[in-house]
Amino acid sequence: MGEKLLMKGNEVIAEAALRAGCRHYFGYPITPQTEIAHYLAKKMPELGGTFIQAESEVAAINMVYGAASAGARVLTSSSSPGISLKQEGLSYIAGAELPAVVVNIVRCGPGLGGILPAQCDYFQAVKGGGHGDYKMVVLAPSSVQELYELTVEAFNIADRYRIVSMIMGDGILGQMMESVEFKDVENIDKADKSWATTGTQMKREHNTTTSIYIQPEVLEKHNQKLQAKYRLIEEKETRVESYNCEDADIIVTAFGTVARIVKNVIKMAQKEGIKVGLIRPITLWPFPTAEYEKYADVPKAFLSVELNAGQMVEDVKMAVNGKKPVYFHGRMGGMIPTQKEILDKIKEILNK
Amino acid sequence: MADQQIIMAGFGGQGILSAGRILAYAGMLENKNVSWLPSYGPEMRGGTANCNVIISDEVIGSPILNTATTLIVMNGPSLDKFENAVESGGIIIKDSSLVQRTPERKDVEVYGVPATETAFNMGNPAFANIILLGKLIALTNIVSKENFEVALKKTLPSKKHSLIPVEMKALEFGMQY
Repeated sequence: MGEKLLMKGNEVIAEAALRAGCRHYFGYPITPQTEIAHYLAKKMPELGGTFIQAESEVAAINMVYGAASAGARVLTSSSSPGISLKQEGLSYIAGAELPAVVVNIVRCGPGLGGILPAQCDYFQAVKGGGHGDYKMVVLAPSSVQELYELTVEAFNIADRYRIVSMIMGDGILGQMMESVEFKDVENIDKADKSWATTGTQMKREHNTTTSIYIQPEVLEKHNQKLQAKYRLIEEKETRVESYNCEDADIIVTAFGTVARIVKNVIKMAQKEGIKVGLIRPITLWPFPTAEYEKYADVPKAFLSVELNAGQMVEDVKMAVNGKKPVYFHGRMGGMIPTQKEILDKIKEILNK
Repeated sequence: MADQQIIMAGFGGQGILSAGRILAYAGMLENKNVSWLPSYGPEMRGGTANCNVIISDEVIGSPILNTATTLIVMNGPSLDKFENAVESGGIIIKDSSLVQRTPERKDVEVYGVPATETAFNMGNPAFANIILLGKLIALTNIVSKENFEVALKKTLPSKKHSLIPVEMKALEFGMQY
């Protein structure tokens, strides 16, 4: 345990990567996450690591592929349009079963959109933005302290399963300052990386990392292996915070920044005698489906609040599976719902 | 006070964001929960800057302030924009050197401090933000003077540490005014 520091979310992601043993960063600047690159540009060389501002996002993600092939802990970060450019590389890395960590500090779209907070890349992150049947573990922190803990965990998960972990935040989390304590990091370099392409020194067969399998029988087997891995991750790595759900009139689902607003709404509602619960998915994939089975009989209805036009609500509906009505409230374009606005929506639903 | 929600606003370059950061750091040194959220939208370039600071005994939910217990303004447009965000019974502190208009609200306490003029006379107009924080500290006891000084040391680069005694004088002025 260290002392408490006051730091920006983006800087904490960068510091967490260093403490998790990451010594390779490849990226291209874009608001509102550039502080990550800025911090690492200074610190990486001091630690003997590699910092490269690539010529493009496409180049950066392929550099990540290379470093991951060699068994290194590697990070890239960007914001929505940049993450779109990285989709092809992410699919290749998933196909080649390589561990890497990607940060998306989401901004509003579509297109260049704007730089303000949004959650409009939920589908892209959890349903597979690139081609092929692949998954990434998507972690959604909601405080600066959690940015630290989940960034460290992202590296551990990536190594444990040879998968891409994505940290998904928004400009509020990236730009805000809160106190953070850097707790000691475990599991650095504990993963078996005997598969890595580190040079044979003429002592073993060549290792290869690839995503091409020309024979259909072989490729189907490869896909089945990937799917088995994803089922194991669903079983072992699903993370969720449930809050006040036991006797709730309505259970709200929200992640990241929005979950914090909903916590304030819960307090406001209590004063008016309305019991509001919160399910906060910490992993967006795997989605905490079991949590909805647990509480499906409790509330009158479910509500998903998001900074988009309604994306996670589809996963909520699948998890609730028709047992209760599921409603949606969202804002777009960098607009943030006020606490009163969410409470009004809750009242409207409960008065139906 | 258990929960202080402060909006600080002015022009870019007046030290709005760094004043908020120093205040949040001092709050953390008081073992309070703190958050600091800057405006980072397109309005930052050459226009207004503002930040939201929360200092609380409780875990902080949303870092975004729709309403505030205190508003500190260093230009006219910021008063226009945020006057109605102050809770009834709350506080408005304005830099009276730069904000001519008197707030229209009758249900809040209003204090004018000639911060920019005083800081200029003290030799460094950049300390106007500190003078206004002095007024805030005197009114609310939000943080101690001692912790404020430590926060200055922690947040300023070491080459600027020689300025801390003058900044503390600026703080004193604001506290006494």
